[in-house]
Amino acid sequence: MATIKLTINNQPRTLDIDPDMPLLWAIRDVVGLTGTKFGCGIAQCGACTVHLDGQPTRSCSIPVSAVAGQKITTIEGIAKNADHPVQKAWIQHQVPQCGYCQSGQIMSAVALLKQNPKPTDADIDTAMQGNICRCGTYQRIRAAIHTASAEMTATTPKMPKSNPKLGKR
Amino acid sequence: MSAKPTPSNSRQPLARRDFLKAAGLTGAAFMLGFSKANAGIVHNLATGPVTFDVTPYVVIEKSGKITILNPIPEIGQGSYQSLPALVAEELGVTLDQVTIRQTGGEKAFGNQTAGGSYSVRGKYQELRKVGASAREMLRQAASQQWRVPLTECIAENATIVHKPTGRKMTYGELAEPAAKLPVPKDPPLTNPANFRILNKSMPRPDVPLKVSGRAQFGIDAKVPGMLYASVERCPALGGGLVKFDASKAKAIKGVRDVVKVERVMGKNRYDGVAVVADSYWAALQGRKALQIEWNTLGIDTFNSTDYENSLRVLAATDGVVGHNAGDFDKTFADSPTKLEALYETPIVSHSPMEPMNATARWNAPDKVEVWVSSQGPDLVKDELAKVLGIPEDNVTANILFSGGGFGRRLTQDFATEAALIAKAVGKPVKVIWTREDDTRLGPFRPMTFSAMRGALSTDGKVVAFQHKVISPSIDATMEEKYDRTKPDGTMLEGTGEQKYEIPNLNTRYVFADFPFPLTYWRAVTSTTLAFSHECFLDEMAHKAGQDPMTFRLAMLTKESDTKRVLTKLREVSNWDKPLPQGWGRGVAQYEFFAGLAGQVVEVSKRANGSVKIEKVYCVADMGTVVNPDNVRTQMEGAIAMALTAALKDGITFENGKAVQGNFDTNRMLRIDEMPTIEVHILAEGGPTIKGAGEPGLPPLAPALANAVFAATGKRIRRLPFDLEKLT
Repeated sequence: MATIKLTINNQPRTLDIDPDMPLLWAIRDVVGLTGTKFGCGIAQCGACTVHLDGQPTRSCSIPVSAVAGQKITTIEGIAKNADHPVQKAWIQHQVPQCGYCQSGQIMSAVALLKQNPKPTDADIDTAMQGNICRCGTYQRIRAAIHTASAEMTATTPKMPKSNPKLGKR
Repeated sequence: MSAKPTPSNSRQPLARRDFLKAAGLTGAAFMLGFSKANAGIVHNLATGPVTFDVTPYVVIEKSGKITILNPIPEIGQGSYQSLPALVAEELGVTLDQVTIRQTGGEKAFGNQTAGGSYSVRGKYQELRKVGASAREMLRQAASQQWRVPLTECIAENATIVHKPTGRKMTYGELAEPAAKLPVPKDPPLTNPANFRILNKSMPRPDVPLKVSGRAQFGIDAKVPGMLYASVERCPALGGGLVKFDASKAKAIKGVRDVVKVERVMGKNRYDGVAVVADSYWAALQGRKALQIEWNTLGIDTFNSTDYENSLRVLAATDGVVGHNAGDFDKTFADSPTKLEALYETPIVSHSPMEPMNATARWNAPDKVEVWVSSQGPDLVKDELAKVLGIPEDNVTANILFSGGGFGRRLTQDFATEAALIAKAVGKPVKVIWTREDDTRLGPFRPMTFSAMRGALSTDGKVVAFQHKVISPSIDATMEEKYDRTKPDGTMLEGTGEQKYEIPNLNTRYVFADFPFPLTYWRAVTSTTLAFSHECFLDEMAHKAGQDPMTFRLAMLTKESDTKRVLTKLREVSNWDKPLPQGWGRGVAQYEFFAGLAGQVVEVSKRANGSVKIEKVYCVADMGTVVNPDNVRTQMEGAIAMALTAALKDGITFENGKAVQGNFDTNRMLRIDEMPTIEVHILAEGGPTIKGAGEPGLPPLAPALANAVFAATGKRIRRLPFDLEKLT
């Protein structure tokens, strides 16, 4: 056992834990956040996707010791009231069926839109390929990502990166 | 553990207070239940003692809180919306005004199993009647309170409104007086033309839970003091436990115990060794450290290649007749144009995204409580009672959302396993299967081989058609008694029921023994039999030199649902318009117990010889529909699942072991392989309601294979096939 400090959804945590335990089980069984799901255990299905310092990561295949000191975001942490544009688009398009893979799908979609605010279908297919949905919601996932993209790009004020006149906000 | 008869001590009336307490509804002032035993009569449970023969579907509390009980588990098919909506429509409320609770297998709710695409059609009248009864009693209570005519009291928005004066009383305020009234015998049901919720694309109340991570699946259950378990079973299914050494496993930090545990599934009993630990991770580490000797004698010689060869040999035998019309043998012998072909399909896994799991706690030496994702709360109670040898009423089932079911969660072996381990260690236990366990341990969808024979008349009409199924049997692998002299209805599913007017039709079943457990898969045997049936018809159309759509419609001279579906498909897919060079289209339909859908698939041939799926058109024949958008999701999902079954790995065996384990070897369709799907729903209303969950599967593989033939000239007679390697 080891003492490992990390930050989950902006909350600092100190875990007394087997350092080899995958981050997934630390999040689910030790911290108690169950939105992140176990699907395969070998980074093949994406159900366990979380953000590690903003990057989408398969939490089932990374030991908790490897993320010590880092910032982890789970599905519970992407928006205060579960109202992230991606979540809203998922509701608008009624994407989930069984819903089990959808936390991972949403985490991958949020990361995609951060990196590529206006993805094409091909961009979506590439970015979302690692997330299996056995219910077959893929067509709606594509549509929902486009909707979220439209909302996010429309509401993001376009400002030059450094404008001394605006000062610090 | 042997299956003991279940003593029933549940027929004693319960005091109302006890019942409410048990149901967690102590604030209830008004409860309406539906009795199966009394031929569909709605009962008022708010007065007097109640028995478990009658259970409430609608509970209204004085606070105004309204609870609707959902009898069919949510496994992705949308029953969390579609069934409460039936009550809500009649009750005059919307689903955001009610709390939805899942039933726990109580006898009074009757069938609670998500299977056979039966959720909506099985409960359509019953649940509307419950809602209508409650509404009428609330209206009557208001009319008495206000001393006004009943006709002036309108139910809307969880209130009764006195139309002339605009006075209002909430359902909460009316709950107590309404509860004292007699239950109407034949409450008027809402005219479908006035539906607010039904026959409308309504949002599903489970969706917000599922996009926020708040939805609770079986695997998310938390019980104070629970331990975690992982079970090692013989990788050659059926291998017996000779001995095991747990010393190394027990040396792993966090491992609490190692116990033998049997897995019971129908007639099958499988040995296993469970490692129980403080964390699931520790249980997995302990499991890896187990040293086990299995006896796999007689199983370790089984392999798929030999088995498939044996099916090809059996294809020459007659089998038993399922369906017969006219004289196939004579017509076939006398016909100038004959065709014969053998079609082959694989075993596949269900692979729901949530691996099998269950949490169990013993509340008394003979009382167990489980938290589980299951397709059947009633099945959970039944199977646990039988396996554990306790009365059914001593089993409490908490049914959570299922991360997919597809037929796998009709079998409760994982729940009985959790109960047995919890009993052995004397603590609540959560068992979680690994993905590899889930893939390898079955039960699987059976493979079917189909020996097809057909004859054409000189004017190119189908005069004789024979479908002979050669396959293992689901029932034979699960049930103690199996009669090989009778045709196996499940294994012949739909083969004798297509609407094509064929004068000499013969279906046969050749039984093949199989050592591993098989079970229902979404759309069951129709998923493989439609492939052979509808591809062979395509071969006959080609032989007759006819367009496959015209050829089919020519066999449908009488009005029928199948004719309607194909006619609609022809229209929406622009069947009669030419496609670009190198493209091809194929059509298929299949009618079976769950319902009817037809599909047209368009494909294009690429320069490298591979084939791309361009588009899928789907027509679903529904009759009456509760939530059209949800029907579309079911069709989209069914098509994706059918694509995986047609194009991906399937399950094969070597030395008695399933070769595939995780998603790297048992691959699933991914987003980049998902074609554009256009769904059309035929729903003219009326009394017929067809299923939505399954009918989208069977037509896909044959429509795709027929399209591949149209584009490339290559006839696909074996699943799975690879679109990249067709030349």
